[in-house]
Amino acid sequence: MGEAIAFYSIAALILGFAVLVVSTRNTVHAVLFLVLNFLAVAALYVLLTAQFLAVIQVLVYAGGIVVLYLFVVMLVNLKRPPEDHSAPQRHPWLGFALSGVVLAQLAAILMFGGFGAPTDTSAAQTSDLALNNVERIGMLLYSDYLIPFEVASMLLLVAMVGAIILAKREL
Amino acid sequence: MIDTYLIPLVKILFVLNATLLGVTYMVLLARKVIAWVQVRLGPMRVGPYGVLQPIADAIKLILKEDITPTRADKWVFTAAPIIVMVPALITFAVIPFGPSVHLFGREIPLYITDINVGLLYIVSVASIGVYGIILGGWASNSKFPLLASLRASAQLISYEVAVTMTLVSLIITAGSLSMVRIVEAQYSANLWYIFVQPVAFVLFFIGGLAETNRAPFDMAEAEQELTGGFHTEYSGMRFALFFLAEYANMIVVSAVATTLFLGGWLAPFPNVEWLNFLDFIPGWIWFLLKTFVFLYVFLWVRATLPRYRYDQLMRLGWKVLIPVAIANLLVTGIVKVLL
Repeated sequence: MGEAIAFYSIAALILGFAVLVVSTRNTVHAVLFLVLNFLAVAALYVLLTAQFLAVIQVLVYAGGIVVLYLFVVMLVNLKRPPEDHSAPQRHPWLGFALSGVVLAQLAAILMFGGFGAPTDTSAAQTSDLALNNVERIGMLLYSDYLIPFEVASMLLLVAMVGAIILAKREL
Repeated sequence: MIDTYLIPLVKILFVLNATLLGVTYMVLLARKVIAWVQVRLGPMRVGPYGVLQPIADAIKLILKEDITPTRADKWVFTAAPIIVMVPALITFAVIPFGPSVHLFGREIPLYITDINVGLLYIVSVASIGVYGIILGGWASNSKFPLLASLRASAQLISYEVAVTMTLVSLIITAGSLSMVRIVEAQYSANLWYIFVQPVAFVLFFIGGLAETNRAPFDMAEAEQELTGGFHTEYSGMRFALFFLAEYANMIVVSAVATTLFLGGWLAPFPNVEWLNFLDFIPGWIWFLLKTFVFLYVFLWVRATLPRYRYDQLMRLGWKVLIPVAIANLLVTGIVKVLL
């Protein structure tokens, strides 16, 4: 019961902040709502006894990446009001189509991927998960998901090298 | 009921108030120590040797007129000092002040909570504090605060990388992220980790100075260049919050450094037979003593060293601290695998 109340209020916060992110006119405010959104997502992770994910969510997204967003937004000074919705490059139907595809994907996952939480979570397993969160994730990352993990790190490395080359024309 | 709600609540209240009191007296200590270094007396008027000065200061700051610049962003301007202060305070939730004590027939551990990702929690909470500084400068709608906040946030983000990288090698040594278990690991190793990870300790301390915006890295409030830093436009209690948050962060860094490198509540060379007589001093006194030593060093450095130039600061962070931290991490990993 308490868990349900917590889940629905956190979910409402996440959705509310997400709407505010795209509806606020002031860009800095939008970025701040994004931070609040990420913090609420972290709260959701805590509710799932995934403390490690929650902390990483705060550290990497709320505390790291969005700070850089804020930097960029502040430096380019977007304070003037945005133009009216008449830009010729706008394709509203394309947007609708793309979001329809995402919706269909989500629906497919829900329909074929099994709905709801896995049924075999006993209380003992949950408390074990809460105690050994980091170890469990570490084991999974370095055994079952080793290749995706390494590929992701390669991707980050490539992005880093690319950023350095873009920033420094002559090395 | 008592165990789940009342005791944690009392502990939270106690820790919060003790921290705030500590922060106000930290300001007095800072003024006194710097005065002594400069062969002055420091505050002497309010109370004997000025011991009541913080209270007088607090009353003055609360009663002062609170000015919001006309073209400031009101909400963000109000939120910024709070965003700086809150992370500094909630960090204390995972810091262990000592082993359990027996009070009224119950065993009460001297920490608010022991989560299995304690150290990461501290790092991530600290990373939220950056927002207060950036937003304070931005919302003032004034050029010097904006420049100062850009500098400060660039500095904080850069040194965060070095500090976090340093902490990883400590985590490998301790084998846990929980603050309590890190202290216990030092107990079973019979050694404070300052002797096991001296390089990490030096890196962490330099990073800590930079993360708290203290001299010689107090670039964000370089008076000669930026009038007063990101809080130039703030006055009254809001300014005081920024000021107190800086001192609260110093206490946080000192407490974390004590826990990680100086064995937290442990006596020197814990668990060694012929040094066991040191156990007559309670753990929390050891903890406070070591934290105090760190705080003193913070002030000592402030009174002794001149400020870095901004490009020197960045070069130190990216080209010295981070490579050394990575090298230390590699060596730690290799040693851990070989032993």
